[in-house]
Amino acid sequence: MRIKVQHRTTYLYDAPPSSIVQILRLTPRNYEGLQVRSWRIFLDHDANLVPGEDAFGNIIHTLSLNRALDDLTIGVEGEVETTDTGGVVKGAVERFPPGLYLRDTPLTHADDAIKAMAHDVIGAKEGLDGLHALLSTLHETLTFDGTRTDVKATAAEAWAAKGGVCQDYAHIFIAAARSMGIPARYVGGYMLRTDMQQQNAGHAWTEAYVPSLGWVGFDPANCISPTEAHIRVAMGLDYLGAAPVRGSQSGGAAEQLQVSVTVGQSRRQQQN
Amino acid sequence: MAFNEMLGSDGGVRAPYAGVSRWLESVNLDQLDRRRAEAELFYRRGGITFAVYGDTQGEERIIPFDIIPRILAGKEWNVLAKGLEQRVKALNLYLADIYSKQESLRAGIVPEELVWQNPAFRPEVTGVAVPHGVYVHIAGVDVVRIDENDFYVLEDNARTPSGVSYMLGGREICYRLMADLYGAHNIAPIDHYPDELFSTLCSVAPQRAGESPNVVILTPGQFNSAYYEHSFLADKMGVELVEGRDLFIRDDHVYMRTTEGPKRVDVIYRRVDDDFLDPLVFRPDSMLGVPGLFNCYAKGNVALANAIGTGAADDKAIYSHMPEIVKFFLGEEPILKNVPTWCCRKPDDLAYVLEHLSELVVKEVHGSGGYGMLVGPQADKAAIADFKNRLKANPANYIAQPTLALSSCPSFVEKGIAPRHVDLRPFVLTGANGVKIVPGGLTRVAMREGSLVVNSSQGGGTKDTWVIDL
Repeated sequence: MRIKVQHRTTYLYDAPPSSIVQILRLTPRNYEGLQVRSWRIFLDHDANLVPGEDAFGNIIHTLSLNRALDDLTIGVEGEVETTDTGGVVKGAVERFPPGLYLRDTPLTHADDAIKAMAHDVIGAKEGLDGLHALLSTLHETLTFDGTRTDVKATAAEAWAAKGGVCQDYAHIFIAAARSMGIPARYVGGYMLRTDMQQQNAGHAWTEAYVPSLGWVGFDPANCISPTEAHIRVAMGLDYLGAAPVRGSQSGGAAEQLQVSVTVGQSRRQQQN
Repeated sequence: MAFNEMLGSDGGVRAPYAGVSRWLESVNLDQLDRRRAEAELFYRRGGITFAVYGDTQGEERIIPFDIIPRILAGKEWNVLAKGLEQRVKALNLYLADIYSKQESLRAGIVPEELVWQNPAFRPEVTGVAVPHGVYVHIAGVDVVRIDENDFYVLEDNARTPSGVSYMLGGREICYRLMADLYGAHNIAPIDHYPDELFSTLCSVAPQRAGESPNVVILTPGQFNSAYYEHSFLADKMGVELVEGRDLFIRDDHVYMRTTEGPKRVDVIYRRVDDDFLDPLVFRPDSMLGVPGLFNCYAKGNVALANAIGTGAADDKAIYSHMPEIVKFFLGEEPILKNVPTWCCRKPDDLAYVLEHLSELVVKEVHGSGGYGMLVGPQADKAAIADFKNRLKANPANYIAQPTLALSSCPSFVEKGIAPRHVDLRPFVLTGANGVKIVPGGLTRVAMREGSLVVNSSQGGGTKDTWVIDL
């Protein structure tokens, strides 16, 4: 399936910062489930944008700017061709063995409540069975509700709040899987939705390691395995490792952030 | 019975202590007491204090200085120095390996989970080349002596070891206050340490920095317990002491704000932990680091000493594998001994430790400063019961070792002159041109009778350490 993505992030500064440094993880890489047809990142001001790669194999851009601006927009426009792989991730860049993805991070730390849930739900079930049971439990227990958590929420906080957004679902899934010795990781990207083209955020899901299959995707917020509607952009141990933008500014005052994401299926004539 | 470094095992004065022994017989306690008071004044005037974590008073304390020096014969030191050099070479090779080819993992030298799941392992620097393959530019290896010939390594401190300012301060006091004893010995100098440190740091600068690289010390600030040392070393090396907010990034290079405008920085001797170095890569809430620093580092535009991720080599679980690490990377037998270590993450080891708590020393895998440890033979029943619970709740967080009979040295305490247990932290420098160690190091002394805990945060003191030609 051909999918077009437009993603705009606009920062409005009440008082302009004297400098800005950001790391962008906004560029997908090819794997069996996805071929990049075209992709570009653009800025509405003249700034330094240096491409690179992080240790996990994600494509990064470092944005730096040393003069004051009232606003800054980071734009992404691209088109990809996706195929449904039944959730199995093949041909992706792998820099570390699965064992690395058992690491504990503050955002994915399993507290006693998550450990108990994981133990109950996964128990002795092996491979996909345990992970599917976890997917269902999260779907039944959690309410998709952006008011219950914020972007800094940990898995434990979101589990206690019994809800959150896709990021929280992913963190809880990862924490639970790792606590049962299953390597798991965070994936950031986009999703084509039939109900709405205009979205106010990207999407996030997870991948867990099943020895017989390799890495397999799980989308806890939608209670499905990723399909051809999922556009995999970046991967890490948690949100911080796959965040579309990690930034810092010196000076200046509180900013307003506006994000718009448009994900739509390409029309035939646009492909020519 | 612990080895007495002055009296040896047969009660006769050992040769290195002949001068000290004669001198101790000739001075009276009042004279010693006056000198101790002067030494304390020296520390107070110099502002050489340290803050104790978890101390609700929050006040700065002076580390007690024991004016009676500890003596090592040149011969003894040479063996120790060879062992230290070997150990630190192995640490550097191990780090270079786990952050690149991971051959030691494939060879089974270290269990994989001790790397992949080690909180101090930094996956982010995998594949990042460091200048000359040096990760640990400054190591503070803690060694103890248990008899005439045997030195054991207790800990390899490869992150941001502190204490060198006390080593240098102690020597200055001895030089000023102990002229009689000082003059009677041929003591190997240590006051060139800041020069050696500076040339070590310069040696790993990016090539384009040329003949005189710009070196700075990055401190977390004046509330850090080792702030005195940061400012002391900056002063001695003649380099700038900076905080994160004094630095900024432009075009993947690091700059320092100065009154004459931005000045490019080539080498950062950072005394800020990995977690706080760059909020874009590590802890996002850190205010102590420099946003974007990691990227400059990864591109080789600035050197960090120590490198990022060195903690993966010095925790107490990796420690137990150091003899194999030395053999694997250097093909040599380790010169310094390792204390037998039970890793409580292994069920069999845990069972043994729980059975023998009253004989063992238990430490946290990532602990330091003598915090959160149990010295079994000196602990009461309540403390042992408490540790049993902690061990059962989180076994992987602990290791245990036999209680070593640390050697003792004559020390000036309340009651007069009496033996007290000591350890030694030599500072091992590694740069592009190899390893340098100034002779001796910081001797830490447990001032309480019978105590084996020498950490300054636990009431330990320090001594000057003399390496002498007999």
